[in-house]
Amino acid sequence: MSQRRVVVTGTGLVSALGTGTEKNWQALIAGKSGIAQVTRFDVGKIDTRIAGEVKDFEPEAFIEKREVRRMDLYAQFALAAAQMAVTESGIPIGPDAPHGYIPEKVGVIVGSGIGGISSLEEQHRKGLEKGFDRLSPFFIIQMIINMAPGLISMRYNCKGPNWAPVSACATSAHAIGEAWKSIRLGETDAVIAGGAEAAITPLGLGGFSVMKALSTRNDDPAGASRPFDKDRDGFVMGEGAGILVLEEMEAAKKRGANILAEVVGYGANSDAYHVTQPAPEGEGAARCMRLALQSAGMNPEDVGYINAHGTSTPFNDANETKAIKTVFGDHARKIAVSSTKSMTGHMLGAAGGFEGVVSALALARNILPPTINQTTPDPDCDLDYVPNQAREVRVDAVMSNSFGFGGTNAVLVFKRF
Amino acid sequence: MSTSTIEAKVKSIIADQLGVGEDEIKPESSFIEDLGADSLDIVELVMAMEEEFEVEIPDEEAENIKTVNDAVSYINTHKK
Repeated sequence: MSQRRVVVTGTGLVSALGTGTEKNWQALIAGKSGIAQVTRFDVGKIDTRIAGEVKDFEPEAFIEKREVRRMDLYAQFALAAAQMAVTESGIPIGPDAPHGYIPEKVGVIVGSGIGGISSLEEQHRKGLEKGFDRLSPFFIIQMIINMAPGLISMRYNCKGPNWAPVSACATSAHAIGEAWKSIRLGETDAVIAGGAEAAITPLGLGGFSVMKALSTRNDDPAGASRPFDKDRDGFVMGEGAGILVLEEMEAAKKRGANILAEVVGYGANSDAYHVTQPAPEGEGAARCMRLALQSAGMNPEDVGYINAHGTSTPFNDANETKAIKTVFGDHARKIAVSSTKSMTGHMLGAAGGFEGVVSALALARNILPPTINQTTPDPDCDLDYVPNQAREVRVDAVMSNSFGFGGTNAVLVFKRF
Repeated sequence: MSTSTIEAKVKSIIADQLGVGEDEIKPESSFIEDLGADSLDIVELVMAMEEEFEVEIPDEEAENIKTVNDAVSYINTHKK
């Protein structure tokens, strides 16, 4: 029996650029920044006062009002993006639908880096004020990270594997990769995969700020996330969700699904080096990119575009550039590399899902989104970063990089279908 | 506080927490069977009523509060 193949048939995006795949895509190819002053709370003395907050999200458009208050914002983002992806794909689940998948063979793998931190803060405050016997009975279900896939499974009757990867900024790339493996192995026939994050809170922003990980370009929010630019000074927190519907190719074709791209490769490994810093020369990242190419059965020359991790921290962008050169050699200079984090900010556990959707759309629409805020070249970052302007070009394979605190790496490869 | 005031406040808490219209809430309405509450909703409702009316509703008493009427009469009897 030949190897089962996995295709993308639906997408859902929520970010600072807006709610909806199309709204995000249009903003990305127009090179718009979603970064602005933090409005959700008083940042007080936190050094960083900017972030990529989702501004247009109306949970009641996706979730019943009484359910909304039982869910943390991160889970609301996840359900909304899942609804978009399921609707777009038209995936049939259950025996009553024509070509319907068996519910037991439909999985949900949706993670988050941090989970329900705003609920945690609110309930901790309540506990200190009123006593810890007065917490909301919904607190734990708001906070735990596997509630997002749980809620999605309840809504769509997905009775297959249901779990949430947690690997910081690589979370939802792992989700897509593990979903791909699950479908290839025949454990599932379809998986709703991706991630969600809503950590722009006093603890989230304050926590990353004291690590000196964040940009403090407070007077120029739109210019703050500038991956690969010489004047980059840290990442900018983003939030939202990125979710894909993945299906086994033959089944998707049989039901006449609109196939956006194929997932063909996945690498996952560890730096085993430091809690936050990437290994020197991007050693772990390079190994991970090679693993992904190997699993795709591809040569470096086959890749035309890399959606980079590109966080806008001094360390990441220089190391990622080195790693790309290590893996791709002379071909590195011919590859277009861009970081959409320049526009969305760093969506942490949602980044890999969001960027997985971007990778699939770049193949389906023959446009590469730019890296904005490219004004001063950095000698350590000397690749083609698709500066400032989207580029109309047909590429046949796209790599998407995600690297997380803890030294975890996940790399995906998508192919034109 | 009169019984009708208590009833009105109880209805308002239920409407807010369970996301149902106040006109759907009848004195004989069962939280679980008629208003769609689950066990966690009941815990939250009991806590909200404790705070609103400054009463203490022990767990073994809370188990017997199944309808709007049950809640109103418990509060009526135990309010300070």
